[in-house]
Amino acid sequence: MESVLGRYRNLIILVGVLFLQVLGLAVQVKRQGNDAEHTRLIRVWAVGAITPLERAVIWFQSGTGNIWHNYFYLRGVRAENRQLKEQIEQMRVEQVRLSEDAAQARRLQNLLAFKEQFISKTVAAQVIGTSGTDLSIYIDKGENAGLKRDMAVITADGIVGKVLVVYPSVSQVLLVSDQSSGVGAILEKTRLQGVLRGTANGEVVLERVMSDEQVPVGETVLTSGGDRIFPKGLPIGTVAKVSNGKDLFLNIKIRPAANLSKLEEVLVLVEKQDRQATAEDSVRVRAADILAQRLPSVPDKPVADAKAVEGAAAGKNGVAANSNAVKSQPQSKPDTGAAPKPQGLAGSPKPAGVVAPKPTDQTSTAPKTTGAGSSSTTTPPTSASKSVSAGSSSSLPATSKPKASKPISADPNGLAPSTPPPTAPAPTTPQANPQAPANEGSPQ
Amino acid sequence: MPITYTSGEQVEVYRFSIPVTIGVPLLALFIQAFVPLRFPRFAVYFDLPLLVTIFFAMARRNPISGLLTGSIIGLAQDMLGHNPIGIYGIAKTVVGYGASSLGVKLDVENAGARLLVTLGFYLVHSAVYFTVARWMVNMNQSWVWWHGILAGLANAVVGVMLFFLLDKFKQRT
Repeated sequence: MESVLGRYRNLIILVGVLFLQVLGLAVQVKRQGNDAEHTRLIRVWAVGAITPLERAVIWFQSGTGNIWHNYFYLRGVRAENRQLKEQIEQMRVEQVRLSEDAAQARRLQNLLAFKEQFISKTVAAQVIGTSGTDLSIYIDKGENAGLKRDMAVITADGIVGKVLVVYPSVSQVLLVSDQSSGVGAILEKTRLQGVLRGTANGEVVLERVMSDEQVPVGETVLTSGGDRIFPKGLPIGTVAKVSNGKDLFLNIKIRPAANLSKLEEVLVLVEKQDRQATAEDSVRVRAADILAQRLPSVPDKPVADAKAVEGAAAGKNGVAANSNAVKSQPQSKPDTGAAPKPQGLAGSPKPAGVVAPKPTDQTSTAPKTTGAGSSSTTTPPTSASKSVSAGSSSSLPATSKPKASKPISADPNGLAPSTPPPTAPAPTTPQANPQAPANEGSPQ
Repeated sequence: MPITYTSGEQVEVYRFSIPVTIGVPLLALFIQAFVPLRFPRFAVYFDLPLLVTIFFAMARRNPISGLLTGSIIGLAQDMLGHNPIGIYGIAKTVVGYGASSLGVKLDVENAGARLLVTLGFYLVHSAVYFTVARWMVNMNQSWVWWHGILAGLANAVVGVMLFFLLDKFKQRT
């Protein structure tokens, strides 16, 4: 017996060591859930041993780099400064345009009772190391900074990953390029949805897109919000290559928007809010303004004349007053996205009885679309839009106010002159609950 | 006994000082964790702790020492990651045992032999890791042949250079 043990000593020890490790694995797998939590103490020791070194190296590296770049290597800084100023000017102009569009979108979402996630608080963190095996990184913020598991991590360019394990002063972040990660994604133009995953060789692919779909190379990929980690609409990257994969799905290779190979600082989304979009004051446009906008041939009149005309108009019919009432209560209307061009409806009175948000259309928007919003904007014109146009046409005398030059985002096509002549005055008292049908179409 | 005799061939057994025994694996773990900050693909293609395991196992030529070295380095590697602890431990235990057993039988001092041995053990390591991760832990893993061979070759080349560097720390018993 002793000779057998002596002869196979090495093998027996090997089997014993392997058995112990398999046993340890089995215990961890059996507990399932959050594996990292069950082995927390051991991991804390390991991370505690490595991260101080990494912090020190990063500190030294960034310190020397800052001295060089901030005090010595300033070549081309003036030219770059000039370029950036020009770029800021261009972006300001662009911002004005985009803010109008955004306000318009918020208003439409409000009409449809959309709930969306807003990023309300972020924490900036510095990347101090990686795990070295899987595609995960360590950041220098942890529980002390309010971080929790499954929080989204992003940069200004796009998403990075999610918080996987949180230690007191350090956190581990799983990158989107890791094999075990999964992010709900949607293609910006085609609105195809899929799941973003990493591959064995560190690439990022979009899965679960049927092979009969057309996906153009270069299309932008955004977060869909379906994973409940990343808010909807954050940039993920662009389509780099499309080929046929297995099981009737396309193999779509994605080029991440965030440079995952040069991460230095990241933002952790520590607070998100689910709230309904609200229209802002900037889009409060009176019906008179809209009419003035779409009737450029009406000459501006002197202020005194305009006041006289306004007074007369207010006395003759209630429409002008009605438009003022709308101005003061732009969000209290029962009207919904039933109109094809709702931009023109923001400040317009509307009959409550014509609420028709087409819930069936919204709920049938297939996984390819983002939700009710996209379908509602393509619905054909309804009587609601016509009656609104008619109603506001009756306030024509009030349109000669010089204030009509106020910038508006409303599309004048929504109140096109080709609309039918004024019909019965539109009731302004809400009678139907617009939330009910709208909620049915909400993607949330 | 400074020299062991196996199959009629003379094979030298080496030992290492305690700072080298502890410091080199720690340094390998640190580099493995730090370099991917600038080169993320480094973590995908290279495994420095594995190379260190192979080197120590082959130099000591003691299976028990080899498997324990592999086990400790592998478990330390597991602790830094997010997967269950033991996957790398098992894989490196097998590699440590195999490398030390092979070191007893073969002359692994020349570059060609080291290249082939490192390539082979990288593939063995990947196969054991994949088996444990996929079939025991049920992790989402995919096996890509070309990736494995490419990474194996890259590790073999780096391993040959690293082994010559680490040869300087060898002490004859």
